[in-house]
Amino acid sequence: MAYVPLADQDQDMEMHHPHSWVEKYVWSQDHKVIAIQYGGLAVLTGIVGLVLSLLFRMQLGFPESVNFVDPNFYYQAVTMHGMIMVVYFLTALFLGGFGNYMVPLMLGARDMVFPFLNMMSVWTFLISVIILMASFFVGGGPTGAGWTLYPPQTTMAGTPGHDAGIILMLVSLAVFVVAFTMGGLNYVVTILQYRCRGMTLMRMPLTIWGIFVATVLGLFAFPALLVACIMMMFDTVLGTSFFMPAVLESGTPLDYEGGSPILFQHLFWFFGHPEVYIVALPAFGLVSDVLSVHARKNIFGYRMMVWAIIAIGGLSFIVWAHHMYVSGMNPYFGFFFATTTLIIAVPTALKVYNWLLTLWEGDIRLNAPMYFAIGFIFTFIHGGLTGLFLGNVVIDLPLSDTYFVVAHFHLVMGVSPILVLFAALYHWYPKISGRMYNETMAKVHFWFTFLGAYAIYLPMHYLGFLGVPRRYYALGNTDFIPLSAQDLNSSITIAALIVGASQILFFINIIGSLKWGKKADPNPWGAASLEWQTPDTPPVHGNWGENLPTVYRWAYDYSVPGAAEDFIPQNVPESEAAAAQDAKSPESNGE
Amino acid sequence: MSEATTQAVSQEGMTGMVGDWSADRQAYHVPWGKAMMWIFLVSDTFIFSCFLIGYLNVRVTTTDPWPPQSEIFALSFGGDPIPLILIAIMTFVLITSSGTMALAVNFGYQKDKAKTFLLICTTAAFGATFVGMQAFEWSKLIAEGVRPWGNPFGAPQFGSVFFMVTGFHGLHVTGGVIYLLWVALRVKRGYYDNKGYEIVEIAGLYWHFVDLVWVFIFAFFYLL
Repeated sequence: MAYVPLADQDQDMEMHHPHSWVEKYVWSQDHKVIAIQYGGLAVLTGIVGLVLSLLFRMQLGFPESVNFVDPNFYYQAVTMHGMIMVVYFLTALFLGGFGNYMVPLMLGARDMVFPFLNMMSVWTFLISVIILMASFFVGGGPTGAGWTLYPPQTTMAGTPGHDAGIILMLVSLAVFVVAFTMGGLNYVVTILQYRCRGMTLMRMPLTIWGIFVATVLGLFAFPALLVACIMMMFDTVLGTSFFMPAVLESGTPLDYEGGSPILFQHLFWFFGHPEVYIVALPAFGLVSDVLSVHARKNIFGYRMMVWAIIAIGGLSFIVWAHHMYVSGMNPYFGFFFATTTLIIAVPTALKVYNWLLTLWEGDIRLNAPMYFAIGFIFTFIHGGLTGLFLGNVVIDLPLSDTYFVVAHFHLVMGVSPILVLFAALYHWYPKISGRMYNETMAKVHFWFTFLGAYAIYLPMHYLGFLGVPRRYYALGNTDFIPLSAQDLNSSITIAALIVGASQILFFINIIGSLKWGKKADPNPWGAASLEWQTPDTPPVHGNWGENLPTVYRWAYDYSVPGAAEDFIPQNVPESEAAAAQDAKSPESNGE
Repeated sequence: MSEATTQAVSQEGMTGMVGDWSADRQAYHVPWGKAMMWIFLVSDTFIFSCFLIGYLNVRVTTTDPWPPQSEIFALSFGGDPIPLILIAIMTFVLITSSGTMALAVNFGYQKDKAKTFLLICTTAAFGATFVGMQAFEWSKLIAEGVRPWGNPFGAPQFGSVFFMVTGFHGLHVTGGVIYLLWVALRVKRGYYDNKGYEIVEIAGLYWHFVDLVWVFIFAFFYLL
């Protein structure tokens, strides 16, 4: 039998049907179960990252009275916090979690194209997390080199975890890349090749566009990280000199010569910058859908939103060296990267304007997901504006490695995507669990998180302007830092502790609602996209029952004049929609 | 159905092109596995590119002179040493294996199971020969004192890059040989009679890619 195009095939793919509880919930090939496994594991890892941040924040806020954080542990906590949050939490939760859940459902597919590979992906991810966590228990502890792992200090005595810790970190990252590649290939091929009838690329919800482009970025950016890991592993274990120049350690020369530490920076940031957008683009997509549904308006400028996602994705590969302005590069090089960096502001600003114009004169329903989505617009604008400062070479040089940078990237790629995560989790919770969450508790959770985030990160900009360097264990008595900076640090720590504690509300809400939440409607928000039109809530294995859906329109038909409800789902044909309109019109004529 | 499929009125220019391309259920009219293999290969290209760029970079930054490859990779068969002769034979073997693979794909689509099986096995045998010669080359260099962390001929990065890049490529070839043998076995058993023989072409794509990567390694590491 030769290859038959999908459009001419019988509808069904071969499904793997589970036979036992273990096959259904543990070794599952169902994308929804895999998504929950991926997401749950990412959240657990994220909690470790959160606790680490609270520990080192206590040291920064109250250096005199906190004595359980020594300098070594401080560096280890900072390093592990960064790596966990960026790679193991945000990337895994957005792509492994939401990517897995949303892609087949929003496209009207039964599952990913290769479910077995998908299952392998989540278990490989588990192995990488186990290796990462193992580094807490080996001699010397986890690496304390900073999440960027810059050589030569990464592998030299004096850096905590320079022996076993760094090796485990590198192995864990390499395994993560393998896990991501298996999942990522699945998402991309599913989106390109396995859409239901009528689901053209330009009718896909923006969530899918964001996940799609982010996954493509991941597939092309993670190779650089893998190569950097392999080379650094060779430097550490075999004594090669890829990244190690001739260097002294306590006065004695080490057996290294002729390597290039800058090479590592290039490889790392060739991965590291697209990584920012691997986290941000799915967030852009998810928030677009949440805003549109709860504002009861179509997303403003859908086509431009799509092109902006693609443009940001493309540009993200040619801006990496803006992380390296202080590495002593050629000024023309810096000029080039400053230019490309600032050009990214154009499609990004376009997206922000479109979100605002989506809200403009919308019939806004202030549900908890909408709170978080609007909160995201605030934090993203603020974080984005400081990006303009840091993108310029001359302004970046004095601000480099200060708290200004910390404030910038936490607002723009920490707080903003996390607010979207909360928006998305509350928004899709009824579909995923079949229950409603507690609205009041969700709103309280929002105010703690949103205001708390500002209480943490706004003062940090000021610390940065004072020149307070990041990653310092304690400020001590430094002439150019006024004593009041310490008060600011204390207040930041208090805010961080409150925000950290308030996240318990979220966990009580989503876990408690599984049991006590009231049963959710199949489509409580009146959303038009396909995942809300499944025959069962939560969707069962195979998603669509007997027949796959057919799509007749885009995902944003809200507040349609004359429609039966104020929206038309994607799978309602023209004829039915017109009939509904006709049925309604005599009444309106009579008035 | 017609409602869903006919609504896309063809437009001109860029908009029309995007509309046409995105209008179908599939972006590419190929099986899923083939699309996935292509995307994987692009991703793998990035890995090898990073390796080669890293190699070029350390070759510039190293403080010692780069060892003379044509002398190191020379073999003598009784007479004067012939530069790069082993590498030339290895390259020849690998490129020949691409030829047999292409023939296997052809016979696969003709459903000639016996010939397909034989040709895939030949390809795998060529691949195994390549890995064998690489093992010979490794042991020769190791006997001469070349190590990942240093060598008697000059820059220590020479050995580091040699073992890392040829090792990584050798792993790809070894994996490819196993993959090919697995496909060959299934061809012989008639496993693909119902599923179609695209898998032979998909395995072939991977094999040609590994071959192509070798051409670049050959050019950048052995010739440059």
